[in-house]
Amino acid sequence: MKKKIKIKINGKVNKIDDKTKLSDLFKNLKVPLKKVAIELNREIVDKKNLNKINLKANDKIEIVHFIGGG
Amino acid sequence: MKKDNLIISKKKFNSRLIVGTGKYKSMVECAKAIKISGAEIVTVAVRRVNISDTSKPLLMDYIDPKKITYLPNTAGCFNSDEALRTLRLAREIGGWKLVKLEVLGDKDNLFPEMIETLKSTEILTKEGFKVMVYCNDDPLMAKRLENAGAAAIMPLAAPIGSGLGILNKVNIQIIRNQTKLPLIIDAGLGQASDATIAMELGCDGVLVNTAIAKAKKPFEMAKAFKNAVIAGRQSFLSGRIEKKVMGSASSPKKGII
Repeated sequence: MKKKIKIKINGKVNKIDDKTKLSDLFKNLKVPLKKVAIELNREIVDKKNLNKINLKANDKIEIVHFIGGG
Repeated sequence: MKKDNLIISKKKFNSRLIVGTGKYKSMVECAKAIKISGAEIVTVAVRRVNISDTSKPLLMDYIDPKKITYLPNTAGCFNSDEALRTLRLAREIGGWKLVKLEVLGDKDNLFPEMIETLKSTEILTKEGFKVMVYCNDDPLMAKRLENAGAAAIMPLAAPIGSGLGILNKVNIQIIRNQTKLPLIIDAGLGQASDATIAMELGCDGVLVNTAIAKAKKPFEMAKAFKNAVIAGRQSFLSGRIEKKVMGSASSPKKGII
C-alpha cells in the first residue's frame, strides 16, 4: 500500500497518496480548472504545470474562484 | 452627437453604471438584475472553492465574463499583502488586469485603510495591473493615488452598504476638478437619485451593490439606477443654470392682462 500523507486544501486536512501529482488531485476533486486559481504553499501555480508537481506532506493548497461581491 | 462613453484604461463602455454581484438572494436574481441595469462591468469577489461539493454552479455559469467585464475586488482584505495576494490570484483565473482595490481599515465602519491602499496601488501598478481604487473622499489622498498610477479614483459616498448617499459633495467636486482620471462613486448609495447627484457632480460613473440587491424589488431598482445614471449624466452635460437667491419669473411680463 502506498504511503499516505496529510495536506491541507482550502484550510481542511486531506489524506492523499504520497507523491500524488497536482494534476491527479484536481482530476479527483472535479474542479473546473478554467474557472479557478491555485496556490501551493503561498505561491501561485501555473495551471499548465500541474502534472509536473508532486505533492508532499504538509503542503498547503488554496483553490479560489469568483463569487458575488461588491 | 459624439458618443459619450465611459473610458477606463483605454477600454470603452456604454454604461456608466457598475454593479456589484454580492448580497443577492440567488445567482439567477443577480444575473437578471445586472441585465436590467445595463451594466457592462460587475465587481466580483475571490473566495475559496467549496471542494466538498464541486457540482454547484459557479458565478461564471450565470454571468458570462466574455460579455460582461469582471472587476475582481479585494473585499475583506485589511492589509496590502492580503490585497496583493487576492488580485494576483484573480489575474491567474483568467488574465484579469483591471481590478478593484479595496483595503479596509475597520470592521465596523468599513472605511478604507488609505496608507495600505496607496502602498498596494503602487505595487500593483508596477506589476501591470490597472487599478481602480476604492478610497476615502479626501482630495489629497486622491491626488496621491493618481500619482501612484491608479486607473480610476473611486471615492465612497458613505460607508459601504449604509445607503446614506453622498455625504460630502464638496469633496467630490474638488476631486472632480483636480483629476481627469475616471471618477467613480463607490459605496454608500441608497436610492436612484443618489446616483443622479453623483453624475451631476461630474463623476464618470457609479458603483452600486447593496442599494439594488437589497431593495424590496431589486429588478425595479436596477432599472431605476440605470435611468438615474443616464439622467444625471445628461443633466451634467447640459450645463445647469446658475443658482440665485431671488426668483426669476418663467413667463414674460409683457402683455399681462
